[in-house]
Amino acid sequence: MDFYFGLLQIFGVHTLLGLSAYVVLLTGQVSMAQAGFYAIGAYAAGACTAMFGMHILPAVLIAGLLTAVVACVVGFPALRVKGLMLVVATLAFGEMVRLFFFNLTWQVERGGEMVGPNGAEGFRSIRYFPENGWEIWQVTGFIWIIVAVIMVALWWVDRTRAGAVLRAVGHDETAAQSIGLNLTAVKVGAMTAGGFIAGIGGGIYAHTVTHIEHGVFGVLLATFAIAYPILGGLGSIFGTLIAVLFIQGFLIEGLRFMGDWRSLLFGALIVLAMNLRPTGLLGEHAPRLSQLFGRKTNDHDKSLELKEAE
Amino acid sequence: MLTLENLSKHFGGVRAVDDVSLTISEGEIFGLIGPNGSGKSTIINLITGLYVPTAGKVTLDGWDLTAMAQHERTSVGVARTFQNIRLFGNLSVAQNLWVAQNGHEQRRAHFLSRWFKAGGEHAPDVEELLRFSQLHSKRDVQASALSFGEMRRLEMARALASNPRVLLLDEPAAGASLEDGQLLAERIRAVRDRGVTVLLIEHMMELVMGITDRIAVLNFGRKIAEGSPTEVQANEDVRAAYLGSSHKKEKLIHA
Repeated sequence: MDFYFGLLQIFGVHTLLGLSAYVVLLTGQVSMAQAGFYAIGAYAAGACTAMFGMHILPAVLIAGLLTAVVACVVGFPALRVKGLMLVVATLAFGEMVRLFFFNLTWQVERGGEMVGPNGAEGFRSIRYFPENGWEIWQVTGFIWIIVAVIMVALWWVDRTRAGAVLRAVGHDETAAQSIGLNLTAVKVGAMTAGGFIAGIGGGIYAHTVTHIEHGVFGVLLATFAIAYPILGGLGSIFGTLIAVLFIQGFLIEGLRFMGDWRSLLFGALIVLAMNLRPTGLLGEHAPRLSQLFGRKTNDHDKSLELKEAE
Repeated sequence: MLTLENLSKHFGGVRAVDDVSLTISEGEIFGLIGPNGSGKSTIINLITGLYVPTAGKVTLDGWDLTAMAQHERTSVGVARTFQNIRLFGNLSVAQNLWVAQNGHEQRRAHFLSRWFKAGGEHAPDVEELLRFSQLHSKRDVQASALSFGEMRRLEMARALASNPRVLLLDEPAAGASLEDGQLLAERIRAVRDRGVTVLLIEHMMELVMGITDRIAVLNFGRKIAEGSPTEVQANEDVRAAYLGSSHKKEKLIHA
């Protein structure tokens, strides 16, 4: 049973990681910096609880805010470049963050033992959950409540002008500029929001594994982060969720019996999925939830036309 | 109202726009014509800020547009359409108008209500523009699914969504038939009647001669004539530019 709760926890933190990349991808920017943001959140939240004895909630919130500030600062220079150049620039940032934590040694004494990041050894004993007697199902529930809150927030934003503006910038920057949108503000705003979400995800991740080290936050994780929204499609946030379940649940866990051959099939299946649905599993032309449940979207319009006819 | 002062734009050795000065008055429909490559679109791109001028400046009611960032020019009252339509194909028709509400007054709304309130695609000004452009029945359709003519109408409506003072139309009749051109003429007049000054770049001469108050003619980046449609039509240099210099020679021979 613990195994399945563990799996649910992985799904949860990876959904946050994927959503952080989703927000940035909406503006048309492929960011490989999300693993770096995730790392900052992980170390920051770990420091808050393990080194300074804070409660988990403010710790995760601080991790999110700190990462958002970093993302905002990184966003200004990075978003001046586009496409492949942005991929390279953000990749470089991600590696920089990883190497920073590779070199960071900063420990304090708590309860007779030294805790804190210890260079290549990593950051051990982020044991907030076991120390406070949280059961694994409680931890899992906690993670998914946060995931749900973030998803509802993003779903709401998608219904507002901010959401439409992100998509507009992602579709055509020249046109977006011509109608008076400040491209830098929109893109940096998306990057900041993405940083916040990745920071929270990393902060939670650190507490589920209790030991983090730089190697986890490498290019592979950054690739996963951007693969989720690309595979899931930009039609809705649920695409990212489905992609996480597909990759982490089916491709990584479900195919474990295949041993090392799994990785090969993994690549092949992603290529196949992208060929069958080039705009992602839930692309922009996918049916919306409201349509699936039979609610007509143009009722409002019809009543207006009737009024006009009268 | 809109003034170009000695405006120049050089690309390497090419003088795309060369020392052009123009004054467009409030409430006018002003035509800008010239053969292909004479610098018409470049002038629109200079006014909106897509290009930075090599020399000269553009002012709108005394505001120096050339000193402003592109997005700031919208709040002063500049809006445009593109020669090759550029809509947000991933958004609905109504959303295309919603995202474009970046005019001076609209910017003054509270940050939260401006960005994080849902349902703004049903706002009264969006509804009004949907009716104005006869796209009300298509309001929830994705912009990429519209017909060519509807796309042109939506793009013009989107430009109007920021309540501009001057609208720059870059070949709005490209790809349209003569009948469409007549409908377009009515539409452009209707835009002017909303109190918007229009700068029209167009190749369809019936349209330009029919609706403009004044016309400037460009050739090789230089202004070669300016005046009312009849004056411009009678101008020798203009005839030469359009029909080739042999036209001039012929006249000389006959004379």
